[in-house]
Amino acid sequence: MGNVNLKINGLDVSAPAGSTILEAARLAGIKIPTLCFLKDINEIGACRMCIVEVKGARNLVAACVHPVNEGMEVRTNTPELLEARKRTLKLILSDHDKKCLSCVRSGNCELQELCQELGVDDENYFEGVKNEYELDTSAPHMIRDNNKCILCRRCSAVCEKSQAVAVIGPNNRGFATFIGSAFDMGLGETSCVNCGQCIAACPTGALYEKDFNDEVLKAIADPEKHVVVQPAPSVRAALGEEFGYPMGTDVEGKMAAALRRIGFDKVFDTDFSADLTIMEEAHEFLDRVKNGGVLPLMTSCSPGWVKYCEHYYPELTENLSSCKSPQQMFGAITKTYYAEKMGIDPKNIVCVSVMPCTAKKFELGRDDQNAGGVPDVDISITTRELARLIRKCGIDFRSLPDEGFDDPLGESTGAGVIFGATGGVMEAALRTAVETLTGKELENVEFTEVRGTDGIKEATYHVAGMDVNVAVASGLSNAREVMERVRSGEANYHFIEIMGCPGGCVNGGGQPQVHADVRNFTDVRAIRAKVLYDNDAAKTLRKSHENPSIKKLYDEYLGEPGSEKAHHILHTTYVKRTIN
Amino acid sequence: MAEKKQTVPFQGTEEQEAALKKVIADLQDDRGKLMPILQKAQDIYGYLPMEVQKMISDETGIPLEKIYGVATFYSQFSLNPKGRYRISVCLGTACYVKGSGDIYNALMEKLGIVGGECTPDGKFSLDACRCVGACGLAPVMMINDEVYGRLTVDDLDDILAKYE
Repeated sequence: MGNVNLKINGLDVSAPAGSTILEAARLAGIKIPTLCFLKDINEIGACRMCIVEVKGARNLVAACVHPVNEGMEVRTNTPELLEARKRTLKLILSDHDKKCLSCVRSGNCELQELCQELGVDDENYFEGVKNEYELDTSAPHMIRDNNKCILCRRCSAVCEKSQAVAVIGPNNRGFATFIGSAFDMGLGETSCVNCGQCIAACPTGALYEKDFNDEVLKAIADPEKHVVVQPAPSVRAALGEEFGYPMGTDVEGKMAAALRRIGFDKVFDTDFSADLTIMEEAHEFLDRVKNGGVLPLMTSCSPGWVKYCEHYYPELTENLSSCKSPQQMFGAITKTYYAEKMGIDPKNIVCVSVMPCTAKKFELGRDDQNAGGVPDVDISITTRELARLIRKCGIDFRSLPDEGFDDPLGESTGAGVIFGATGGVMEAALRTAVETLTGKELENVEFTEVRGTDGIKEATYHVAGMDVNVAVASGLSNAREVMERVRSGEANYHFIEIMGCPGGCVNGGGQPQVHADVRNFTDVRAIRAKVLYDNDAAKTLRKSHENPSIKKLYDEYLGEPGSEKAHHILHTTYVKRTIN
Repeated sequence: MAEKKQTVPFQGTEEQEAALKKVIADLQDDRGKLMPILQKAQDIYGYLPMEVQKMISDETGIPLEKIYGVATFYSQFSLNPKGRYRISVCLGTACYVKGSGDIYNALMEKLGIVGGECTPDGKFSLDACRCVGACGLAPVMMINDEVYGRLTVDDLDDILAKYE
């Protein structure tokens, strides 16, 4: 392809042919503001924030979609352009609910930031009729406030293209346009899978998770309640971003310290139950292989994926592992084994999870998730909510010491940590399954073929005389492709790992929002995943079946993986749903 | 703005369904098939209720919201059937300044529906239109092919009573 030479603001710039003006400007250190643009997902040139002057062009062009040409002369910051962008912002503000002070995105809103940067000096410049919308609170995990929507369509593009769900989109026309679902169904009535990728894509406060921090604080303040907390692997890989650490900083120790200072009675770790999941899931896999069970076995850790399978591939729900997710296994063990051990009535235990995920808020209310006669997990908050809780409680996160987790549900291996990255569950399961099958210790525990952020990965491993075909997919559009291969019989997989969010939990819908400027030019998934792989590599114990607390749990309580007791406590059932 | 509320129960026939399925099968391989399918579906059913849009979604694999988004974008598509008596109130400039907005609002109140909808008994449907070419009679409305001019709100009851 080669490079083309152009001038941007008088500077000579060389950029790969086929680049957009936005990308070429970036190479020259010039930032062109964007609002609707999400690389590969929403390239519609609609919002007009990125308009630039191209010499000889009749009109201002949208830099996000306009390709560079040899000899092109571009201006990005003339007074006329700055004024035009400012006017566009004022027009957006004319139909925007400007309650910034109480907005969940204040300080982290792309619209607010642009208004500051471009010096919008009057937010009520264009006065006129405003749309007024009721909040959509029908979904279990989130709220849509169309009064704050700027119709950039980033959410609906992600829902359709990245997640293959497409339950939201623009309805009506012109000033009456709003983002909603078919026939004005609430999101909760549709086949939304609660993944929260729309929230992650939203530039403003129009989409946000249902916040359960008040319930957490109330439980902690109640002397009758024993409140335990379990943060998921991916939380430690991203929480730091909320407190000014560069992306890719592991804040495990400070996170544990912060949770303790918030007042939880025990600070445990979902990594522990990730190890437990592997024990049960590897056993289930070997059992299905040996006894002619339904194959391929498909992982069930991701509640967005599970619900997607139930809606869109109900005939394949038998393939889903009956294992509860690590969040739910953790709650189930807390309210049975741990409750008995500590002599606490499970009714008085409140199990709080911190998840990179919004679908976990839905998962905890599913049927058959109450091993101790009470819900396994009571409250699930996202990484973002935890950051808000830390700030609300006046904890100076950056000055905290590194602390560890409490026993006995805080001990984990490297296998548990990598659950948060796409391919991690597969790798962790292979570490245990291969050793169980061969009876020999693995020379190399790293199954690098299933690592990396490709949407779909495939590998074949020769284990104890058999070929094991595995597939790993993340992002539901990729999951859909894999499911079509399974359904058509084109592929002969034995074991499939699927994560609902692209890149896995590190890029979950409950993680800190990443500004489109960053998201468009860096691989957030890889940077956060590296935290988990580094964390794994630094551990002495890297296989779930070597976790001493897990061994003890089986010795003292569960017996063997897949035992009747383990089934009762750690496994669940699925339903078949329709598409709405 | 197209209206979503379905006031009249769906009464599609098997013949209509077969005709729609044939249309979809004929267009299945076209990339830009949604518009012609919706147009032909409206020819078959007279409007595009949820049941019809769902059928199109199931047959084509196009998500329902996508179909609904298109159906509500274009004013040529209607989500509600037309009544036996189709009322169109002119909201063009001349009629509007002569008070047709009040006529339109009064009809909505009297019929218990909003513009774009049909009464549950299938008798009246109400739409706004632009200039029927009788500005000298402003404000004007039409019921099927009958033109009523120089209207006042007080005339409406007598006019509606004529349609049984």
